[in-house]
Amino acid sequence: MTSGVEASTPASPARPPAGATARLILFGVLRTLLPILLALLVGAFILLLLDADPLAYYGYVLRRGLLQPSGLQETITRAAPLLLIAAGLIIAFRAGIWNLGADGQFLLAAVITAALAPELVGTLGRYPTIAVCLVVAALVGAAWSLIPAFLKARFGVNEIITTLMMSFLGTSFANVLIKIPFKDAATTVPQTETLAVADRLPRLGDTTINSGVILAVIAVLLVHLLMTRTAFGLKLQIVGANPRAAVHAGLSVAKLTYATFALSAGFVGLAGAVDILGVWGNVRNDWNPAYGMLVIPIVFLARFHGVAVIGFVLFFAALQIGGESAARRVGVPTFYVLLLVALLLMFLALVEYLDHRWRERTKA
Amino acid sequence: MQALLTETFLTALLFGAVTAGVPLLLAGLGEQISEKAGVLNIGIEGMMLFGAYCGFVAAYYTGSFWLGFLVGGLGGVAVALLMALFCIRLGMNQIVIGISLTLGAEGLTALLHHFQFSQSYPRLDAAPPRPIPLLVDIPVIGPGLFQHNALVYLALIAVAVVSWMFRHTYIGLNLEAAGQKPAALDTAGISVDRTRTGAVLATGFLAGVGGAYMANVGAGLFVPFMTGGAGFISIVLAMLARGRPLWVLLGALMFGVSLALTTAFQVAGVNIPTDVVQMLPFAMVMLVLVIFARHSGLPPALGLPYVRGQR
Repeated sequence: MTSGVEASTPASPARPPAGATARLILFGVLRTLLPILLALLVGAFILLLLDADPLAYYGYVLRRGLLQPSGLQETITRAAPLLLIAAGLIIAFRAGIWNLGADGQFLLAAVITAALAPELVGTLGRYPTIAVCLVVAALVGAAWSLIPAFLKARFGVNEIITTLMMSFLGTSFANVLIKIPFKDAATTVPQTETLAVADRLPRLGDTTINSGVILAVIAVLLVHLLMTRTAFGLKLQIVGANPRAAVHAGLSVAKLTYATFALSAGFVGLAGAVDILGVWGNVRNDWNPAYGMLVIPIVFLARFHGVAVIGFVLFFAALQIGGESAARRVGVPTFYVLLLVALLLMFLALVEYLDHRWRERTKA
Repeated sequence: MQALLTETFLTALLFGAVTAGVPLLLAGLGEQISEKAGVLNIGIEGMMLFGAYCGFVAAYYTGSFWLGFLVGGLGGVAVALLMALFCIRLGMNQIVIGISLTLGAEGLTALLHHFQFSQSYPRLDAAPPRPIPLLVDIPVIGPGLFQHNALVYLALIAVAVVSWMFRHTYIGLNLEAAGQKPAALDTAGISVDRTRTGAVLATGFLAGVGGAYMANVGAGLFVPFMTGGAGFISIVLAMLARGRPLWVLLGALMFGVSLALTTAFQVAGVNIPTDVVQMLPFAMVMLVLVIFARHSGLPPALGLPYVRGQR
């Protein structure tokens, strides 16, 4: 049923002869860098058409997102939620499940965390509160994927549609929660109570980076090991590659489907908690950073590889941080980053296609 | 609750339901054509949005609503051409391309809107209604259902045309074969790729017109991200209608009602946060899916590119 089979099985070529290894690595790098370069190039043309200076824009984004110490710290901080979402998506995509509902799962977990943390911190203290919030956020994320999981496992209903619908539903529901039950009585604009800075995730040394990023790196590495080194991960990949073969092999596809959804959405929920406990401290009305849609192309770029994804997440976090600041200074709104992401995804598919064609021809 | 049963409330609800339902109807019909031919058109949200932008720009600068609908349709076709090129000609992953087309349309239209209109937010005049004689005089139902822009009646005719096309023409048979057993269509000497390309372009046109209607008639202006998931809802409509256009019409009206409740409640002076009402259509999709999931039907070749000789 899933049409993502092709993309969701990572390329595993037979072991190449020694001389060809260097060439394979070169091709790997090329396959990855080419789409990025093409996207930046076409994006530059669009900026020119809109009367903006692409060199000034890219230069500004680079300086602000990577080269300035404060910008670099912001970039690393931003990488934490993106990495946790990436961890969740890698599990799902490798198992052939298209969890496109990350935004709703993220936001609901974030709002519940923001409501819970200030309440608990008075009685439990800082670290137990953080621990409880992380667990609850993961559970909230997982719970929001339960209906799509049920529909997929029981009736084979396409999860792309159901997760997207749940995402729209979750985004509105989160706003309802902020406006009515969790509204901070002290503010006029609806928002949740603010968690004091002293009660948030501890920072690393003298930087503004919080320890959420360490949690995120550990999570994404664990996911990588889970999917590539354990029997459970292998089972999930078999279901993803060929559900019928999985049934014949005696695997319980329904149970594995539930597990995939729960793990995937659970990590996305964690991302929500880390962003609130580490950076924001509260959720304001209509806040929706839409990280989920951004992470999808990153995970594809990294070819579902848990180590490679760290580099790409940093690249995108820098693009985002720089882009947000460029919106104020250079006058190009953040929508431009969205356009870049779309171009990147398209060129990625195109390069993948050409690569595939080239392989077919050399085989024949 | 008394206020909910007044004439004004019911009229506003019916009128709003049709206005909100027509874009869903057009996009749902389009999606149905694509799905029948075996293409899961996730990019339809982007086609609607780009159609909405193009349609608004055309109507704004020319002052003609008909030109707006036409250009909106062509905007949808432009996005559909990319979809056809990447997914049908080149056989690339339909989901990845669909997502990227939607993201691209969102980014591009928001960017263009920012540079063109974000200072002024220009509005169009109200669309000229085309009341249907006699019927419009019926209380409540008349002004609610029979006093719409002429495109609404055209959309209804489109339901009949698509229905006839599916049942009684070779085009309908070819579309069905392209989704059910593409190899059979190929063996019969008809190009699978061309059949599917035609289907996707038709989808693009219908979705684009739907988007243009949403911007020009429904809202009177273009706002970034204004389709807000309508394209995705239309995918669900097409999925549950299992190839029957009349069911798309019924579903579109049902979702139209839930979308129109926001405005109707405001007219009636009932104070409910808009976020609660915004949840309604999506909650309804999930409810419908949970109840009718076993009955939703999709062609076996859906989402798979056709490669001659490959099993």
